[in-house]
Amino acid sequence: MKLLIKNGRVVDPSSGTDKKLDVLIDKGKIIDIKPKISAGGTKSIDASGWVVAPGFIDMHVHLREPGQEDKETIVTGARAAARGGFTSIACMPNTHPVNDNRGVTEYILSEAKKNAAVNVFPIASITKEEKGEELTDMADLIDAGAVAFSDDGMPVQNSQVMRRALEYSKILDTVIIDHCEDKNLSADGVMHEGYYSYLFGLRGIPASSEETIVSRDIILAQKADAAIHIAHLSVKGAIALIKEAKKRKVKVTAEVTPHHLFLTDSLIESYDTNLKMNPPLRSKEDTRALQQAVTDGTIDVFATDHAPHTIDEKDVEFDLAPFGINGLETVVPLLLDKLVNKKIIPISRFVEMISTNPALILRLENKGKICAGADADLTLLNLNKKIIVDVNSFKSKSRNNPFQGWELKGAPEMTIVGGKIAYSSSSLKSV
Amino acid sequence: MAFKHKHLLGIQDLTSSEITTILDTAESFYEISTREVKKVPTLRGKTIINLFFEPSTRTRSSFELAAKRLSADIVNFNLKTSSAVKGETFKDTILNLEAMNPDAIIIRHSCSGAVLYASTFSRSNIINAGDGSHEHPTQALLDAFTIRQEKKNFKGLKIVIVGDILHSRVARSNIFLLRKMGAKVTLVGPPALLPLEFRKFGVETDFNLDRAVERADVIMMLRIQLERQEKNFFPSVREYRNLYSLTAQRFRRAKKNAIIMHPGPINRGVEISTDMADCAKSVILKQVENGIAVRMAVLYLLLGGKEREAID
Repeated sequence: MKLLIKNGRVVDPSSGTDKKLDVLIDKGKIIDIKPKISAGGTKSIDASGWVVAPGFIDMHVHLREPGQEDKETIVTGARAAARGGFTSIACMPNTHPVNDNRGVTEYILSEAKKNAAVNVFPIASITKEEKGEELTDMADLIDAGAVAFSDDGMPVQNSQVMRRALEYSKILDTVIIDHCEDKNLSADGVMHEGYYSYLFGLRGIPASSEETIVSRDIILAQKADAAIHIAHLSVKGAIALIKEAKKRKVKVTAEVTPHHLFLTDSLIESYDTNLKMNPPLRSKEDTRALQQAVTDGTIDVFATDHAPHTIDEKDVEFDLAPFGINGLETVVPLLLDKLVNKKIIPISRFVEMISTNPALILRLENKGKICAGADADLTLLNLNKKIIVDVNSFKSKSRNNPFQGWELKGAPEMTIVGGKIAYSSSSLKSV
Repeated sequence: MAFKHKHLLGIQDLTSSEITTILDTAESFYEISTREVKKVPTLRGKTIINLFFEPSTRTRSSFELAAKRLSADIVNFNLKTSSAVKGETFKDTILNLEAMNPDAIIIRHSCSGAVLYASTFSRSNIINAGDGSHEHPTQALLDAFTIRQEKKNFKGLKIVIVGDILHSRVARSNIFLLRKMGAKVTLVGPPALLPLEFRKFGVETDFNLDRAVERADVIMMLRIQLERQEKNFFPSVREYRNLYSLTAQRFRRAKKNAIIMHPGPINRGVEISTDMADCAKSVILKQVENGIAVRMAVLYLLLGGKEREAID
């Protein structure tokens, strides 16, 4: 079935496009892009005043299924993603059981195919049960549909294991995603180590715990000539390491979350457990450096690290709460408001970081671009739409989001996945 | 002057004049504990819960005696298990106790911020008896009461706090209080237990106790937790003692009228030698004695406020 998107401002960084064009979709693919396509009875959407972007890809999501369906399921997570403007999400392997074998990968894909509103791409673990000891059968996992490898949350501490994983990943043309943390340095820390952790009497996670592992990974990736992607970059010192490595053409890419860009450790004065995540909220100086690294190109990707937890799990003492916050439904408005509408980055750079680059890093060939033959995954944005974050309106099962009540300008209006409307806001303009 | 706070969560929330009010009120209660009949009817009919999630002898019994000397009813709960161990959550524990209509809940908890968290859903007056490494306001107040007894005035007074600053709620509450009252604070300890960012609290730091002792009017020793050694915060008790124990030899460098304090419980022969703990310059037991008057003042100001205003 054909679908025509008319009068939108098409922003596609992969081709350098930024102009008013119509986009014609058929059988799940984009078949034509040009000014004024005549509709001839096809269903059309009037996107005038909206940005039409290649579908957004969140490459760092926890869907919790299988095993922790009280927090989130593939279906609810995908629904939250669609509402948040995403057409594809990549889910981390720290489920129960861990996605360390073909069976789990296939389960996730079959659940997603049956019921999910968006494309779901499983990330498999680097090591069995994320124990950091034995490598998973990576070729088999790729064959089953895994798109990348990560021991997110339980990062590989043994450098020899990481070296072998990188070496092996090379033959599979895949990417290793690392949550960079030296668990001995972060120990039992619960927030960024510094003045505020001392003030609040909370145990600190030092910046060095991230910096040392980023440094290690760069060295190992360079030696193996393999691709390493640094998850949720949070500290200034690590940015400098990545910037320098990129100059030397090391295959390193990096992502940043909105909470690390816009929130700082000082807020933990309230001991609000929705401010507890790992890596933790860092200092003001770090957030400034991260914003700078977004504008200068050191950071490649925006991701959420969407980490849903139940209300009960978070309604406890700060020390006892699990790490992680819900993010799929707030990331796009936050970035549009704080970066695009405030003219810190142009819309094209935003789309590049949330669609083009994740597609390239995860090797999703027909995604992250608007051209004839590409998958008909599109995100339609209204840069002027004002929203107030309300966790009770979330499609996600969880509510653990620290942006409750924030007034933001800029939001997704419609998410189109494989040529079908996966989400549409109430102000749908159908003609 | 009415005391405006519903809770006592930390020294950070108090102004210097509120601190003075507490100390002055404690002054007026001090004498009750020396009477033959150690009881006044001030808080008759009030119910107070002592809710301790960490072991404590001094603080718990001090609050208990303070409440009893004001004629309040007090119930003690010593819970070894917090919500870290499976069972009832901290929140449910408080809500259940609250269903029994207490007026105040005194809480000690191993998690920083747990007491502030309790105040967000509790309708009782909440009193912090120590939360993690965060605050221990009544300890700082009784320390201040003792210092004022000995030194009259805080302005310009040089206080040296020695030991495990990083993990110490006593150190934090004392730093906040002493800074508000105009004293000059120097922190002393090994780097792992005394990060330099503590200077942002408006204090000086020194790694050398011999040097710091010379300037001190008050030397406040902190208990060193022996398990810190396991995590290499310092290499051994022997090394710690050699560098940071208050011994007679070190104390000789101090001013003539310098006093020695310790919040207890003391590790004799570790952070303080026995002869120093027991010497004439030591006010360690006076601190304990003063604790009752200060806690009576806190309970009175938080719980007895309404009647008092009516009388005024």
